[in-house]
This record gives sequence, structure tokens and C-alpha cells, in this order.
Amino acid sequence: MYRYDAIDKDFLADRSAEFRGQVVRRLAGELNEEQFKPLRLRNGLYLQLHAYMLRIAIPYGAVNPTQLRKLAWISRTYDKGYGHFTTRTNLQLHWIKLADTPDILDHLASVDMHALQTSGNCIRNVSADPYAGATAEEIDDPRVWAEAIRQWSSVHPEFSWLPRKFKIAVTASPKDRTAAKTHDIGLHLKRARDGSLGFEVMVGGGLGRMPYIAQTVRQFLPATRLLSYLEAILRVYNRHGRRDNIHKARIKVLVAALGRDEFASQVEAEWEKSGTASDLPDTELARIRGAFAPKTFETLPAVSEVLEGARAKTPAFARFARNNLKPHKIAGYGIVEVSLKAIGATPGDATAEQMEVVADLAERYGQDDIRVTHEQNLVLPHVKLDDVPAVWAALDAAGLATPNMNLVSDIIACPGLDYCALANARAISVAQNIAEKFADPDLAEKVGELKIKISGCINACGHHHVGHIGILGVDKKGEEFYQLTLGGSGAEDAAVGTALGPALPYNRVADAVDTLVETYLRERHDGERFLDTFRRTGVAPFKEAVYADAD
Amino acid sequence: MPTLISLKDGVYSLAEDPFTAVGDDEAVPPGDVIISLTRFQSEGEGLLGEGRSVGVRLESHEEVEALTYDLPQIAVVALAFPKFGDGRAYTGARLLRERFSFKGEVRAVGDVLREQAGFMVRCGFDAFEPADGSTVEVWERAAHRFRHAYQRSDDGRPAAFAERGE
Repeated sequence: MYRYDAIDKDFLADRSAEFRGQVVRRLAGELNEEQFKPLRLRNGLYLQLHAYMLRIAIPYGAVNPTQLRKLAWISRTYDKGYGHFTTRTNLQLHWIKLADTPDILDHLASVDMHALQTSGNCIRNVSADPYAGATAEEIDDPRVWAEAIRQWSSVHPEFSWLPRKFKIAVTASPKDRTAAKTHDIGLHLKRARDGSLGFEVMVGGGLGRMPYIAQTVRQFLPATRLLSYLEAILRVYNRHGRRDNIHKARIKVLVAALGRDEFASQVEAEWEKSGTASDLPDTELARIRGAFAPKTFETLPAVSEVLEGARAKTPAFARFARNNLKPHKIAGYGIVEVSLKAIGATPGDATAEQMEVVADLAERYGQDDIRVTHEQNLVLPHVKLDDVPAVWAALDAAGLATPNMNLVSDIIACPGLDYCALANARAISVAQNIAEKFADPDLAEKVGELKIKISGCINACGHHHVGHIGILGVDKKGEEFYQLTLGGSGAEDAAVGTALGPALPYNRVADAVDTLVETYLRERHDGERFLDTFRRTGVAPFKEAVYADAD
Repeated sequence: MPTLISLKDGVYSLAEDPFTAVGDDEAVPPGDVIISLTRFQSEGEGLLGEGRSVGVRLESHEEVEALTYDLPQIAVVALAFPKFGDGRAYTGARLLRERFSFKGEVRAVGDVLREQAGFMVRCGFDAFEPADGSTVEVWERAAHRFRHAYQRSDDGRPAAFAERGE
């Protein structure tokens, strides 16, 4: 894991001091709210329905036990004792006082953390594959490049006042766990035939009112040229992105307006003129790469007798291992998914105590490494298979071992009307209702992979467009209604979902999902996921089933 | 008369502004002037022929490429910030310095607040008309609040990767 050096630490201290000064000026009335807003947003501070919300950055989703304990302490000291992990691997605290925020940022800085650029029209916190450094699927470690991007994008002199927010994700595996194609830029690390590293560069993805899947503008960019190429993209966007209409200001609108080929040729022309001056020198790349050198792993048998014994003896553990334990690149190790989707709980929420449990487990069994996923769960990426039963027992005692990874109750939901000033409808309680309907774990496993994503408004923070089942809350004459879409995906097979039919009232949503699942179980061929069946049959059988019920 | 802060050889100072900013519907007074791109394109040559210094004000949608041919004769390029969140002028300033090697003054005008000072200096601006009452001291402090920068820039400060390489 990358350790902050004196320069990184000075940088955070300076940023924190700057914001303290801005808060003082705001509280003294020297800055009005209009002037203060873009400044606080750049430090992750939103004004929500009930209070300020602070969005703390977790760069590329990587956090160590000391940091996670500090997050627990902050949520207990300055908030209500819990936090909400987001789809961009940040942590949100929803009950913050403005006057406390400079102190909170200082506490964060003390463990090399910050809330820099987690909001505002700038380059946001970069995300990466949560299995980085642990999965055998990856070409190389994407965190090296995510860390380079973190530094490059922090208070960038030219690209900090963009038309709109700008999100970048980095993946290095064929299986995409970052939703790269829903980002302004998705980077997929690949290896050329000669063995050299490079990126497939995808631009112009984004959800919100107008969902777009990112398009490839370059099949293979030599990895060492990454930053100059990103600058060329940002420069074309900074100059030509729309600034007259907030809803048309994302780069996806520019890419769509110009067409992919014209956009790509403008970027290439700009890139050629700019040369290599913005690229990192090899020495700096080597320094960053060194920070992500492989951990020391023991030589262990591929099959753990302890684990197999526990499987045979404890059905609940066997179920957990089936669903939440993923293959590691090293024999005798596994990747453990920690579920923040307990049935009936708020998706992505973790209490301070739960954060501490995970921190302890990472320290004792997990090489001090914890990741946050865009699907709002946590990951212990390096656990010895022999230790998995003990880890499970501790997680289970803390309510963190729900065996539902990628299953129907592993739902993404935005905070919705319970917290957010923008929302039209609740999202959390819809998720809870659905999860309770599928509380029977046998049923959930029988249904298999099914990604449900719920947004409380058209801004689509819950990624409903790319849910296998997407659910969008809308307001109809003061009542909460929900539009369902089917067949979306945020993964490597990314697609925007198809509308099912007229919106449904709040109390019919969970039943409708139930009907959709029954239809799938009836229609599916061997080995098909919900998504595969839908893509084969089209919307007709699903639509018929849901709206036949309504009559 | 707005305050003009100038940055020369690393020193910030309050500057006397020899230039008069002239609107498109105003008569051009004697002396050094800053005029719009449109006006420069029609009257620039004549004004320069009179032996005075001429600056050009670019609105944020106007691109510095429009000036490339004339840059050697232009004393000041004033880049406008219609709102402080409109960041197009940062690209303009960087291109003037890096791509077109412009050695004259690059001035920030419009909604210019101390919060932008650091970004401006690093993109190559060397004259500022703050709209928030900033004094020279306040401006300088704001511009150098960060001891390090992660990116290369046009103010001569080494980027973090260069500092680390030392």
C-alpha cells in the first residue's frame, strides 16, 4: 500500500489549513453561501436535508486498519456512530456540523486521509478494482496508476474548474468490478503482444438524466503516456464542454455531440501538440510501483483442511464461503467479501463498531488491507483460507457476514428521500422491502446473480440505469412512484436498461421484483443469469407478468 | 479603477495600471489600451501603428489561438472569468505560455477571487485584478498556500515528482 511521504503529508496539512480559513470566513460572513458552496464542495461538504454531509475520500477504495479505526472514531465523535460507503468507494457522514469540519479534516490528515475533491466540478476521487493485488485475473496492479492519478488530479492547476464533475476508474481485469464504462473516463489496463503495458481508454460514460456507456477512444495507450493523454482529454473537455446548462455539461454530452471519432481525433491532435511534459518520469512511476510490491505470502496448500472441515460442519459457513469467498492469486489464500447488505439494513451503512471489527480482522488476518467496493461492500483481499472460518465467525457476530454477494439482496441504493435534498422518493426502504422478500438464503442462491440498483431521483446515484433490475423513484403529484428498468449492466457487458412499463406505487415495488424473479426462474435456461435470460427473451414475458398482476 | 496586482520575478506588488480597458462602444482614449478581440481584429493594426501598447481581452469562450499570429505585438492578454467557476481561462493561459511562448502579461480579469490565486499563478498568469478586495499580501498568501504541487506548472516551482527526484 502506498504510504504518504513528507510531500503528501504537507499537501494535506496545507489543504486542511486552507479550508479552516474558508470556514472561518464563512462563519464570520465574509463569504456568502454562493461563494462558499464551491469551496466546501471541493472538500466534500454538502448541505443536505437535515445537516451537512461530509464525503470522505477513500482513494481507489483502499484503506488500512488505522485509517478505518479513525473513520469509526470520527463517525462516533462527530456524527451518529455510523457512516455510509458509497458507489464511488467514499464514506459519507450525514450529520455533520460546519464548525466541526476543519477539525475533522485535521483528524483525517493525521492518518493520511482527506475529503479532497469528493464533490464539485473537478476531477473526483479515483476508483479502482477492489481485488487489485489479490486477483489472478489482473494484468498488473491498477492501483499504481490510480495512485498516479490521485496525485495528478489533486488541485490540478488547469482542470479544477471544469464544466461538471469528472470521474475516473481504473481496472486491470477482464471482469470489471469498477463500473468503468459508467465513468467519464474508464481505463482498462492491458498488455500488448510485446508485453508492454497500456490502457484501453473509454470516455463519456455517465448515468444521471441521460445515461451513456463510455466509448473506446483509444485501443491501446502506452501506460507511461497516461497523464499526458488524460490532460489532452481534459483540455478538450475544459474548452468545449457545455457550461450553459448543468444537465448537458458532462463530457458524455460533448462526446455524443461531436461523435466518438471526432472527439477522439481532437484529443489525439491536442495530445500530439502537448508532448510528454505532463507524463511522470520513470523514477516516480517506479517509486509508486514499489509501494504496491506484492505482499509476502506463505507457501500453502491450495486446499485448506480447516476451511473444508468448517464447510462440512457448519452449513451457514459453507453458504458464506460459497458466496463471499473469492479466489486469490496465491494458493491457500482467499478474498473475503464483507457484506454491508444485511437483510433489513441500509445498504452500504456500517456502524463505528463494525468498522472497528473489520479493522481488527484486517490487522490479525488480512495483511492490514481493506477495500471498499463500488457495490458498497468491504473486502479483505488477503486472508489465509485456514483463517476464513475465524474471520467469518467474527464478521457474523458483527452482522457483517450476510452471504449475499451479487445476489438479489446485495442491492445498491442511494440515500434517497431519507437524507437527500434532491430525492423524489425513498430508496433505502425499497431496498429493505426487497431484501426481506428474499430473506430466505436458499431462494436467493437459487436465483443467483441479480444486481438490483435503486435511485431516489433522476440523478441516478443508485445507478438504476445499469441494474439488472433498475428502480427509479419519481414523484407523481406528491406520491412516491417507481419506474423499473431491466437488462442494464455496469460491468464489462455494460448496457443501459430497458423500461418495463408504467411506474408502480411504493407498496407494489417489492412484489413486482418478486414477479420478475419468478418469471426469470420459469424462463431461464441452464446456467443463465437473470441478465442473460432477459437479454434472450426481451422485456415481453416480464412486462406481461408484472402488469397482468396489476389487473 | 480596479486594483492591479502584478507578479514579476516571484515578487507580488501593487501595480499602476498603464492600460485603459476600453469597451467596444467607447472611443479609444490616448495611451495604452486593452480592447476586445473583435475590436483588435478590426482596429489593432492601426492602434499599434500609433506606437502605443495594446492588450486584448478574451472572453472565456474565445480561444487564444485567435491571437497566435499577433502575439509578438501584444503587450497584455487579459483572460476573462465571467464567473469564478468558469475554468476555461486556465487552459488559455497555459497555452499562451507553453505552446505559444508568450512573454507578455497574462492578466486575470472578471470574477477573480483569492481562491483561484494558486491555480492562476501555476497556469502562468502574472497580473490579477481581484474582485474580492484582496490586498497584495492576501493574494500572495492565497497563491502560495500549498508548499508543494503534484503537477508541473508554469510558475517555475518543481512538481512533487521532481522534488522527490532531487
